[in-house]
Amino acid sequence: MSLFLIAALPFLGAVFPALLIRAGRNAAASAAGLTTFLALMGLLIHIPSVMRGDVVTARFEWMPALGLNANFMLDGLGFLFALLILGIGLLIILYARFYLSREDPMGQFYTYLLLFQGAMVGIVLSDNILLLLIFWELTSLSSFLLIGYWKHLPEGRQGARMALAVTGSGGLAMIAGMLILGNIVGSYDLSVILQNKELIQASPYYLPALILILLGCFTKSAQFPFHFWLPHAMAAPTPVSAYLHSATMVKAGLFLMARMWPVLAGTDAWFYIVATTGLITMLMGAVIALFKDDLKALLAFSTVSHLGLVTMLLGFGTKIAAVAAIFHIINHATFKAALFMTAGIVDHETGTRDIKRLGGLRHLMPITFTIGTIAALSMAGIPPLNGFLSKEMMLEETVHTTWLHSHYLVPGLALLAALFSAAYSFRFVSHVFLGPERHDYPAHPHDPPVGLWLAPAFLVVLVVLIGLNSAAIVGPLVAVVSSAVIGGEKLPYYSLKLWHGFTPALYMSVVATLGGLFLLSLHRHEEKIWNALPRPEAKVIFDTVIGVLTRLSRLITDTLHNGVLSRYAVIMIGFTLALGYYAYTTGTIGPETREALPIQIIPLIGWICLVGATLAIMWFHRNRLLSLVLIGVVGLIVSMAFNYLSAPDLALTQISVEVVTMILLLLSLNFLPTDTPWDSSAARRWRDAAISVMAGIGSGALIYALLLRDFAFPTISEFHLANSYKGGGGTNVVNVILVDFRGFDTFGEIIVLGIAALIIFALTEAVLGTNVRSYLLNRKPHWPQSGDSHPLMMVVVTRMMMPIALMVGAYIFFRGHNQPGGGFIAGLVVAIAFLMQYMASGYTWAIERQRFYYHGSIGWGVLIAAATGLGAWFNDRPFLTSDFGYIHWPPLEEFEWATAILFDTGVFLAVLGAVMLALDSLSRFAWQPGMAQEFPMDINPLRDNPPQEEENMEQV
Amino acid sequence: MEALVASAVGVMTAAGIFLILRRRTFPVILGLSLLTYAVNVFLFATGRLALDAPAVLNKYKEVPYTDPLPQALVLTAIVISFGMTAVIVMIALSAYLSSKDDHIDMNANDSVDAPGEDA
Repeated sequence: MSLFLIAALPFLGAVFPALLIRAGRNAAASAAGLTTFLALMGLLIHIPSVMRGDVVTARFEWMPALGLNANFMLDGLGFLFALLILGIGLLIILYARFYLSREDPMGQFYTYLLLFQGAMVGIVLSDNILLLLIFWELTSLSSFLLIGYWKHLPEGRQGARMALAVTGSGGLAMIAGMLILGNIVGSYDLSVILQNKELIQASPYYLPALILILLGCFTKSAQFPFHFWLPHAMAAPTPVSAYLHSATMVKAGLFLMARMWPVLAGTDAWFYIVATTGLITMLMGAVIALFKDDLKALLAFSTVSHLGLVTMLLGFGTKIAAVAAIFHIINHATFKAALFMTAGIVDHETGTRDIKRLGGLRHLMPITFTIGTIAALSMAGIPPLNGFLSKEMMLEETVHTTWLHSHYLVPGLALLAALFSAAYSFRFVSHVFLGPERHDYPAHPHDPPVGLWLAPAFLVVLVVLIGLNSAAIVGPLVAVVSSAVIGGEKLPYYSLKLWHGFTPALYMSVVATLGGLFLLSLHRHEEKIWNALPRPEAKVIFDTVIGVLTRLSRLITDTLHNGVLSRYAVIMIGFTLALGYYAYTTGTIGPETREALPIQIIPLIGWICLVGATLAIMWFHRNRLLSLVLIGVVGLIVSMAFNYLSAPDLALTQISVEVVTMILLLLSLNFLPTDTPWDSSAARRWRDAAISVMAGIGSGALIYALLLRDFAFPTISEFHLANSYKGGGGTNVVNVILVDFRGFDTFGEIIVLGIAALIIFALTEAVLGTNVRSYLLNRKPHWPQSGDSHPLMMVVVTRMMMPIALMVGAYIFFRGHNQPGGGFIAGLVVAIAFLMQYMASGYTWAIERQRFYYHGSIGWGVLIAAATGLGAWFNDRPFLTSDFGYIHWPPLEEFEWATAILFDTGVFLAVLGAVMLALDSLSRFAWQPGMAQEFPMDINPLRDNPPQEEENMEQV
Repeated sequence: MEALVASAVGVMTAAGIFLILRRRTFPVILGLSLLTYAVNVFLFATGRLALDAPAVLNKYKEVPYTDPLPQALVLTAIVISFGMTAVIVMIALSAYLSSKDDHIDMNANDSVDAPGEDA
């Protein structure tokens, strides 16, 4: 089976439990189990080639420009971990089916579990470190879902958050480390990186990369001082704890250290960081575990301790230690998963996990007792079980290790850790199963149904078999995996057997076992001392750190983002000014290469009007109507300037937009206050004036410098000028750029315009749905209204203008491809033609005669433009490629057809619809009852005979 | 000519920013309009100034053409800025009608966000 499929199967299968849960819990569990089974079979097919030492690969270039390739590889190490993940996963799926209660949403559980499984398989099969990072983050996310599976429990939510925060931030550090590593080597492919040990270790960036990658590994594998999240993650259901926190996720860090071992290990930095951390973690976890009363907490700290053990072995940097590490990973996965499941069974059957409330279960739950005891003795390192073998190898290695010239430090501390490890393992057996039977269990305990004990029993059988005959059962596997870890070099001599003769390790084992028993016998006294000792509580520290970070972020956010918009504007403009100043002081500027155009008298007059009007706006801006008029002056001069400076299209667009904008602003001013009161202090006004003057000088100087110099590089405009007629079939280059060369931009822009208009419509609907409507209906206008709201002359003239205006619009539209004009301008012109009717004859009159909805116009516009673009696909051309040709019908002159005109039609419709919808929405604010008039040309009756007042007088 | 255009851009930018820094909606809208003119003219001018050289191809004789690309960009910018102006006008109007207040700044006693819920 292809490696792609193995990695993808869990993800694909994750869909089924969520769907099949409607068909029952068995269906969901079977779907999850079948998926895992298939993936496992797919993996096992590769056994022959893996055992030969071959590397199976599957390669796919995903984003080669980034160095991100979906490359997978399967060597011994990847095979071992994939086997653990899928094999134990299968057992967990079986176990969880019987463990979860009726209230738990089981479909969700299996979906999360399969997502997690897929992410884990992805990590161990990746041959590209970027791909590996993606899967790495996915495990953090999916384990968050699994730990927080019991959403109703605060411990579950907090534990999930803590795990995500710790492993997630470690993952961030690792991303940085991996990128550095990839940069050193020049490739992100793992198989390439693993060939470059000398290059990496000689690089000055070796140490930062090492520390960052190790941060990721240590957080994931719960190494000191990041170990604290693991016990809190035990709030998860037991199947999750057994799967994530014994067999798989916490081993991801170990996996990565083993994976990177050939290139990262062997230096002093590696030894002192990794081995020391591992040693501390091993000892500390073992000591704490002895004093935990919660079964799962005991197992959690023991897991921390064993992870430390493996980390330490990897940290030694010797090949034989790496072999021991691999062997212990296998052993630990078997006995620890079995122990977690045992703890889950005890919890499930007795209703408590508190060791203080348990004891004497051996007769009540004989099967569970047998399973738990064998697994725990293996954990304690009692022969002939598998835990003994790897612990022996570990102790042997510590004897050969010197730490800062001390021969006794490492073996001494390791012995102490082994001693505590034996003690808590014995405690697990004696305080839960041995001792007198009690009568106050929360539930009546008995052995569970076979579904629950089958999975741990299978693992325990492995524990015994591996212990008795390890060389035959796991010997070849250990050899293949170890040679993959040490980079394909020759394996050192080792033997997986029970009896090695009278070695120091044997003595240490004996001491540890006897010492463990002794320690347990004094447990009650030790516990008193332990409880009296002051201990740092990790959760309190974590919560404090998070609290401080939260307050700090809130402080920064509240200071910078306090809802005062003008402050944001000042910050932004100030920052831009600072950047500009920096560029000005550090950059260089070339000599002037262009002659300035002579100043003529008419443009000078225009300039005076523009600058005068602008300054007047600043001065008189409190009078809103006046400043609006002045803005109009500025806009008109800008459009004339466009025309003068050879941009007729811009001039046409600007002048028609100007008209629409003015109408819009006038309409809105109808409802807003007419004056702006003084509400800034003089100091603030001076500050603002200073900022704006600086910004003005900056932008003016920049464009002045630009205008007097030629382009530093050839522009692409030459291409447009050269190809406009040949390729686009039009002589108006600006229009051809809009509808052809850069048609995709234009397409996006009409969509944006349409969305803007729809926002306006939606806002209007929302506001008019509130009590604002009643306010508007009873509103008194600012100024006395004209008695003749629809002057006869204006009505007549606008109606006569209508066909002419439409004609102009059509003319501008059709000439657009070759002469100034086009869809944008035509849309605006036609919109103005409609608006004239609104203004002259009134909103109600116009709306009654409206035959189409403006929304529809926007929609059709976008659709037509899109369809034109799609049409190119049918001719095997890219989206929006246009075509054109010429037709000659005698006696008419030759004329051109181009598909671009269809696109321009879309633009026209969208612009027309958007402008009309915006103004139409605003007009609805102004609507009041009684405005509707039968005859739009009528004369306001109130002006000639104000009869109401007379009638009132008569009544009085 | 260049000096006129550059100084006009500078003056419109300055006035626009000054108005944007006011504390009521209407001056801010006017300021944005002024800034839009300034930015559009700025962008247009990056194609350098040319008289009597519109980018409309002449089939009959060789004539100079101005740079058409900034013009195409500015043309859509003008239309889009109308759409944006219309949106902020409508937002300003709705806010004023709903609260009878046309300050752009949040009041000091309005809380920035709801107090975070902690599990």
